[in-house]
Amino acid sequence: METLHTTDVLIIGGGLAGERCAIEAAVAGLDVTLLSLVPPRRSHSCAAQGGMQAALGNCVRAEGDNPTVHFLDTVRGSDWGADQEVARIFADEAPVAVRELAHWGVPWTRVRPGKNVYFEKGERVEIEESEENAGLIMHRNFGGTAKWRACYAGAGTGHAVLYAVDGEVVRLGIDVQDRVEAVSLIHEAGRCWGAVTRCLRTGALGTHLAKATVIATGGHGRIYGRYTTNATINEGTGAAIALRAGVPLGNMEAVQFHPTGLVPSGILVTEGCRGDGGHLRNASLDRFMVEAEPEKQELASRDVVSRHMMQQIQDGHGVESPMGPHLWLDLRHLGEKHLRSKLLEVTEICRDFVGIDPARDMIPVRPTQHYSMGGIRVNKDGEAYGMHGLFAVGEASCWDMHGFNRLGGNSLAETIVAGRVVGRRVATYAQHASLDLELGLAHRFVSEDRKRIEAWRDRSTSAASIYQIRDDIAEVLVSQVGVFRSGEGLEEAVDALSRQVERVNDASLRACGSGAQPELTFALRLEGMAKLALITAEGALARTESRGAHCRIDHPERNDESWLNRTLAHWPEGAPAPRLSYEPVGLLDLPPGDRGYGATQRIEMNQSTEAYNQDVVRLQADAGHLPTAEDVGTRMRWGAWSDSTHRTTPEVIE
Amino acid sequence: MSTSPPKIRTRKLQFEIFRHDPSDPSSEPRMQTFSLDEAPYQTLYLALTQIREEQDPSLQFDFACRSAVCGSCGMMVNGRPVLGCRTLTADLPSTIRLHPLPGFQLVGDLSVDTGKWFRGMAERVEAWVHERAPFDPEAQEARMGDEVAQAIYDGERCIECGCCVAGCGVANLNANFIGPAGMNRIARFMMDPRDERSDDEWFDVVAGEDGVFGCVGLMACHDVCPKDLPLLEVYAYLRRRALTTALPGKSRPSLLQIEAQENRATP
Repeated sequence: METLHTTDVLIIGGGLAGERCAIEAAVAGLDVTLLSLVPPRRSHSCAAQGGMQAALGNCVRAEGDNPTVHFLDTVRGSDWGADQEVARIFADEAPVAVRELAHWGVPWTRVRPGKNVYFEKGERVEIEESEENAGLIMHRNFGGTAKWRACYAGAGTGHAVLYAVDGEVVRLGIDVQDRVEAVSLIHEAGRCWGAVTRCLRTGALGTHLAKATVIATGGHGRIYGRYTTNATINEGTGAAIALRAGVPLGNMEAVQFHPTGLVPSGILVTEGCRGDGGHLRNASLDRFMVEAEPEKQELASRDVVSRHMMQQIQDGHGVESPMGPHLWLDLRHLGEKHLRSKLLEVTEICRDFVGIDPARDMIPVRPTQHYSMGGIRVNKDGEAYGMHGLFAVGEASCWDMHGFNRLGGNSLAETIVAGRVVGRRVATYAQHASLDLELGLAHRFVSEDRKRIEAWRDRSTSAASIYQIRDDIAEVLVSQVGVFRSGEGLEEAVDALSRQVERVNDASLRACGSGAQPELTFALRLEGMAKLALITAEGALARTESRGAHCRIDHPERNDESWLNRTLAHWPEGAPAPRLSYEPVGLLDLPPGDRGYGATQRIEMNQSTEAYNQDVVRLQADAGHLPTAEDVGTRMRWGAWSDSTHRTTPEVIE
Repeated sequence: MSTSPPKIRTRKLQFEIFRHDPSDPSSEPRMQTFSLDEAPYQTLYLALTQIREEQDPSLQFDFACRSAVCGSCGMMVNGRPVLGCRTLTADLPSTIRLHPLPGFQLVGDLSVDTGKWFRGMAERVEAWVHERAPFDPEAQEARMGDEVAQAIYDGERCIECGCCVAGCGVANLNANFIGPAGMNRIARFMMDPRDERSDDEWFDVVAGEDGVFGCVGLMACHDVCPKDLPLLEVYAYLRRRALTTALPGKSRPSLLQIEAQENRATP
């Protein structure tokens, strides 16, 4: 007999977004249960390195920064794919979120008054930081931003933030159940009531019933197999169970490739390296980004830098190695002292995984899958489309402040800001809800999961191995749904991935034992991973334009006439393929324009932003958008960008 | 410069791995041998994953970030506690003996429950800032010298992998011992000016047999810490803080001063 557990708020996922959300609900006096695949401090938030964006404007290179400039950078970075009201909510609340973390003990690097030495565009510069700002939170430069804005603690920012936030979770006595996986959502008639869970210690099934359920399981980069910076646990478990419950996923074709994944392991090397003045070089040791992007150089947005890098490799300028071609990240000029303090974690990774010292050696890197802009589609309150009582937050969600390209440092900031914003909404929701469901409903969902498990155990054939299917999916994605995409390649990918979705039903386990069974744990995730992969390829095939990280070589222009929209993917029960539909990106404040970096080919919208905005609310409601606590648009600060001192092109630092 | 291809040694590796499922009454602890061809840049993460996928699907172990930051994969490799993900097989002899970390509850095979242990430790030392005033969202952040921030960050870098606890002679005998990671956590909050706890409040936690005076000075913790945390200095700092609390009149050291002295002592 399975265990039954009831709570007010069930949070699925113990990374920063889930924990910050849990705190908000616990402070409101609610019972909170937090499930996590691993102890929360081991979740992938800990691997965020370089920083967290918040417009405090504390150092010389951040002068004049404010939330409006942050909003503009974020919308431009998204290539206008973002929901601008969400980007606005985010930019406005980020400074408070960072200061709250300081209050909770994060040892942010602070402004040192007097002469500081920095590296900018290949030059060593000396800048006098003021006494007035001494001891305030310091910033470092990051890609795609007009100002230095990333707040940081060495190159271990995610770790430091996660430990402070988890400290609050412990202080509040929140019930954390680690090594527990949510394997299905319990729902009926568009209302979610919690989840069926599987204990990863014993293999036992259980039910967790809740008034409000929050998915915060992070990204799904592991569908790209080993070609990702993501942790082994980032297998899209949350997105998969939402999809199975009928909730749409948004913009799954929007996949970020980080320019500097370490070769061969794929481990992240932070953008802070380039923010602090690091250079990219090709096999001839040329700094190819200087010619490619004269204004921003190595600090264009990630989608742009990754494309230039892949082009270098395709043009034969990569460094040949037994592990495939790569480029170099050169930090030698930053000096040993800097590398052993502000980039200490990078120095450690280089030593441990390739046996080099970045003070003396260049680092082998290449673009590597890093971030899922797409995810569970939610409204600005974080509530899932078409499913009352279900929320999603952080990378698992498509909130959607990142559109088709996320700026570096905006994800760590999103986890905390969205955790606060959505957490408040979750708390209000749960306070006004009661747990009135038939227990039979829970039993029905548990028995379906038991049948799924038994089906795996019964298939003792010599069919395909689950790990082989996983590897095959990854090869298709990395070769056809990578940095550059084409219609022809994507058609092949859709065919191949459709076959993999079918193959999952024929795959078998090597062992049929009882207990935790790590093999079964993975097998239960495989169907979801295959579906996420196919949705990614289908969305990319259908989107015949190039926007942000989605780059179609056969459709190189950004097409605001036809594609200023968000892809939604449903998976109808029993269907062999997803059903795609589209909704407006959201209300437009900043009209679509030039980003100030990257390619400039565009097809302009054939209507005014006012005309576009007129239909947004209706069309999104048709797509499943649930009513929000405040009306859509109430948090916009219309036109604030026009009287900001900010120019249309991101300001270039002299 | 590492432009030359890696040296590829073609060795046959023998893995001798501890196996036991404590939830299965019929399970007896035993060692099981697997063999594997060595590959370039092969870490224990890659090797164990390959063994599980190709040879024994029931093998239990824990990896998450596989980049030495999450602390999931502490294990005993040829008798020494290390992070499996960053351990290259090329640095090991061809026979590799793997055991779970001692000092923690066994989940199964190489997997141990460090999560429960560290949550218990965090509750015991109240590992959060005990602040003076509630957070004011309207206010600018309180100022802090960057040197202080850096010193706190150095202490904050512990990833709670448990290697120090597994390597600690005292922690292996006395389950109540706060342990090196716990001591480090205490020192981190003690030096944080945002934390209002007084030395008298700390004294009950720090002093005594389960605290800093329980340490017998073997300092294996310092040697095995994968993050090279200066645990020797942490213990020295806590001892002196405890003594100055017990013997008023002595001046209080800061960890920064102690570190500066250590740096001078070792050229």
